[in-house]
Amino acid sequence: MPRPAPARADRLLRASAAVAVVAALVLGLVVAPPDAVQGQAQRLMYVHVPAAWLAYLTFTGVLVFSVAYLVTRNLKWDRRAQAAGELGVGMTALTLAEGSLWGRPVWGTWWVWDPRLVTTAVLLLVYLGYLSVRGLSDDRAAGARRAAAVGIIGFVDIPVVHFSVVWWRTLHQPATLLSPDPAPIDPRMLLALLVALVAFTLTGAVVYRRRLTMLAAADAAALAPVAVPEPAVPADDAPAVPLAVVPRSRP
Amino acid sequence: MTAAPPSERPAPTSARPHRRLRLRLLLVAVVVLAAVGVLAAAGLQGSLVYYKTTSELLSDHGLVGHRLRLGGLVVKGSVHRTAGGVRFELTDGVAEVPVVNTGEPRGVFRDGQGAVVEGVLGRDGVFRSDVLLVKHSNSYEPPAHGTGRPVEDTG
Repeated sequence: MPRPAPARADRLLRASAAVAVVAALVLGLVVAPPDAVQGQAQRLMYVHVPAAWLAYLTFTGVLVFSVAYLVTRNLKWDRRAQAAGELGVGMTALTLAEGSLWGRPVWGTWWVWDPRLVTTAVLLLVYLGYLSVRGLSDDRAAGARRAAAVGIIGFVDIPVVHFSVVWWRTLHQPATLLSPDPAPIDPRMLLALLVALVAFTLTGAVVYRRRLTMLAAADAAALAPVAVPEPAVPADDAPAVPLAVVPRSRP
Repeated sequence: MTAAPPSERPAPTSARPHRRLRLRLLLVAVVVLAAVGVLAAAGLQGSLVYYKTTSELLSDHGLVGHRLRLGGLVVKGSVHRTAGGVRFELTDGVAEVPVVNTGEPRGVFRDGQGAVVEGVLGRDGVFRSDVLLVKHSNSYEPPAHGTGRPVEDTG
């Protein structure tokens, strides 16, 4: 049982995340110049854009883990999907909130009903729904199945959000980097943005792993029957064999 | 909910808190679905094309007198403050439309950048707006040394 290795890997992950965050702060707040048009408010980009990218990444994770769950029926995939979904919802909310803070001084408004903003708000609601359906029944497996379905179908909104600025005429400007038509960006700004992306991803990984441990422990505790003896369950994950789910209030 | 004899249940639980939780979650799911539907339908109504270009506005005579959004680039040197707000010209590179906006410009409004205004095109060819938003480009450049403007914008 590889217990020491995960602990070392986690420490390394946390340390790199901390370093990346400090580097991103220094680059974003000090080294990168302000924008000629937007001024200092443009520095919000170093949070807004990585949050959005991390949301895309985590929701892709939800898609992959949901498919894995439906194929294997092993709850460990559902836990991974849930942890990823929670992080994604947080990141989407952060993207919207921060975008609003950025919009007021630059666009002149906190919110517009343009396709980019509306589809992102829809994304937030869809994945909030994703997180809620899991708890709709007491049957852990049924909840996981429903959540997997929502997680897979909901993914459709991701390309819609990303391409909304290309497909439709929006107030939100088109992408600077991931675009059919990339635009110039100062190299120091680009560096700050990429380091911020790394910082967000590493910090997200730390949060994700801690959440996964909590979810595995919760599942193990919920399934520990009163009288039947059971082998010790490892703290970092559930057993690899498909868990026999015992519904609690069915006859 | 039929109650099983206590010895068959893994842990004693009562049905009512679970029912309440389930109803609450179902309510959340319904509200979320409804909100998604409302957002998608109402929010996007008329917003998929968030604004008309100056050429589109001038070529469709039926739009005169109707409230809509107009977007374009603010023509350099055309910005003048007025008693009530600001006036300027918007262009899409082909056609120009004079705009009179009631209210101070907000955001990083300036000539050479994009703007989106909401208002009405009058018969005199002047667009009278009361909402003025800035649409900035997707390029990120530092200000030219000593000024607040990018290199090509000095003077």
